[in-house]
Amino acid sequence: MNLLNAILIGLKEVWAHKFRSLLTLFGVVLGVASLVGMSAIIKGMENGMRESMIAMGGADKVLLQRQAVPAYQEHLADQAPGRTLVDVMALKEGAPLLKVVSPEMAVPDVIVSRGERRASPEECVGVWPEVLDMNLHTVEHGRFFNAVDEEKAHSVCVIGTGIRDSLFGDPDEVGREIIPIGETIQINGQPFTIVGMFSHYASEQDLKARALRKRAGAEGAKVEPKKSRGWGRKGGWAFWRKNNTLYIPLNTAWVRFRMAGDTDGIPDPRLSDIDLKVRSMEQMELALQQAKNVLLVTHRGIEDFTFQTQENQVQSINQQIRNARLSGGIIAGISLLVGGIGIMNIMLASINERVREIGTCKALGATGVDVFIQIIVESMVLSLIGAVAGLAASLLIVDVLAFLAPTGNTPVITWEAQVVAVVFSGTVGVVAGFLPAVKAARLEPIQALRYE
Amino acid sequence: MALLELRNVSKIYHLGGEEIRALDDVSLDLEQGEFVSIIGPSGSGKSTLMHILGCLDTPTRGNVTLAGTEIARASARELAKVRNRTIGFVFQFFNLLPKLNVLQNVELPMIYAGIGGRERRARAEKALEMVELTHRLKNRPNQLSGGQQQRVAIARALVNNPKILLADEPTGNLDTHTGELILALFRRLAGEGRTVILVTHNPEIAAVTPRRIEIRNGRIAQQVDAKLAGLDRVGAGSGSAPSSSP
Repeated sequence: MNLLNAILIGLKEVWAHKFRSLLTLFGVVLGVASLVGMSAIIKGMENGMRESMIAMGGADKVLLQRQAVPAYQEHLADQAPGRTLVDVMALKEGAPLLKVVSPEMAVPDVIVSRGERRASPEECVGVWPEVLDMNLHTVEHGRFFNAVDEEKAHSVCVIGTGIRDSLFGDPDEVGREIIPIGETIQINGQPFTIVGMFSHYASEQDLKARALRKRAGAEGAKVEPKKSRGWGRKGGWAFWRKNNTLYIPLNTAWVRFRMAGDTDGIPDPRLSDIDLKVRSMEQMELALQQAKNVLLVTHRGIEDFTFQTQENQVQSINQQIRNARLSGGIIAGISLLVGGIGIMNIMLASINERVREIGTCKALGATGVDVFIQIIVESMVLSLIGAVAGLAASLLIVDVLAFLAPTGNTPVITWEAQVVAVVFSGTVGVVAGFLPAVKAARLEPIQALRYE
Repeated sequence: MALLELRNVSKIYHLGGEEIRALDDVSLDLEQGEFVSIIGPSGSGKSTLMHILGCLDTPTRGNVTLAGTEIARASARELAKVRNRTIGFVFQFFNLLPKLNVLQNVELPMIYAGIGGRERRARAEKALEMVELTHRLKNRPNQLSGGQQQRVAIARALVNNPKILLADEPTGNLDTHTGELILALFRRLAGEGRTVILVTHNPEIAAVTPRRIEIRNGRIAQQVDAKLAGLDRVGAGSGSAPSSSP
């Protein structure tokens, strides 16, 4: 029996009962749409999480954190030195498995101002140039600090675009990009010269939206006011934070903000953070052991520090994604199952209606196999039409979700999900058609002729 | 040897523990080119005989030989092949597939025979030419009159060039005039060397065939053969010259 003919007859059968077929297909359409839609959302989540992760410094970043001394060292607690530049120097010399060691000295409660405008940066820290590698920053305009700035404690700063937006104006509002290199701003009342500015960090989605706005502007449309959608901060928290960074040389932070401001007569030499990057992820444990050995020397054996790797975070991201996939898959699977049951039901009804037709075909020389193939193909045609409609519906669903989703995490339709959905619903069609097809193939030709 | 031979054929059904002999020890020979009617009231076993003649069913006992091949114990697959190649069916209710057009309906038996698309179309058109329906190729059956539908069904029955044409009450759903045209077509086909078997309950229709076989209670009650009786005129009155009954 010619397969093409079987498909043709199947299509005619579907077309002959348009409304009925539509209702039947609905289950499959929903199943496929939810499968593709779910996986698109999960993919979007995954992308969002990974982007944020990279925005925060990547998976290989290790934080050296302060920790209360262990119980057996309780009596030494007041001698704990904390994390200082001594540690940084020692690590650089003594722990070759570390690639980057970046000290940070935060200046707390900072208000930055320029004339009437004010900004409160998410972080204002004194850093070494290593911080660029550590936090994956790109200096787009101007320069970063050099050894002279550090040595002489120059009053210079490098800012993120978020601070530029607050102090000089957002390109979306002003209509042009302001590059404030050489301008002077006040950090807690002390004048600093801006020597560099980072590039604007944004998620893929934000970059696209921005490019779109730019094109609209170029075509002569009016400059649209800044859009804020949903509850999240523009571009997602991780990106927002990264854009609101203000860096000054470490030595400047020390000279300008720490040396004079102390609590009990001695300036506090402790760093607010030491971030590490290891040479390779495979040697993570070895490198951390090495760092620990070095630090135990500089801390005279007092364990007032601990390492926090991003491994936990990576694991939890993966766990979340796995969970989302599983629950999404189960929902989609159930919808497809229901769709399959609908198809089986309708095929059984269709066979009962067509007993005489099937009998005629058998009288004309159709074998059981011919009839079987015919019914299976019809069932598959139904489910595949449903699958195609489902793919179309999923595009729509994803669009709606992308509009509703507060920040980032734009759903991404993957072709893998589409292929899986189509193959799966095709399989559902075959399975659902099996029982009706067997039933039809077994019809006796006379029974079929007698049937009224 | 006859084209179709039935030897001591019985068909027994079991209905609620009761044994029903739909056919009881029937023997029958049909020659090539014969125009035969099988007549009998409903419940006589006429339909059962037709099913067995048409290879739609196999007998409980006895032998059926079609063109030298034993049918009685053939598999369903072999029976399907015989129905496809050797027998053409014409039904009372035409039994055209409603979703296919005239051409596709006629092509159907050739699809099961595995004939390629181009040849199928050519042969279907030729068969439809014979029943004078070439102008309705793309019409659906429900767009045709009863007589036209029956002619499509006849074209479909003939398209695989079968040796036997089996018609079950072919005029039952047609008006008298159209029925006569269809019967004339059958007569012509028989004249061309095809065996045409007409199953009916109507003696008037059976009267057009030279040979008439009457079934009662699962047995052949009476056979009339105008040829044997020397009455070679088709359509001669029934009841003349009763011939042998088993």
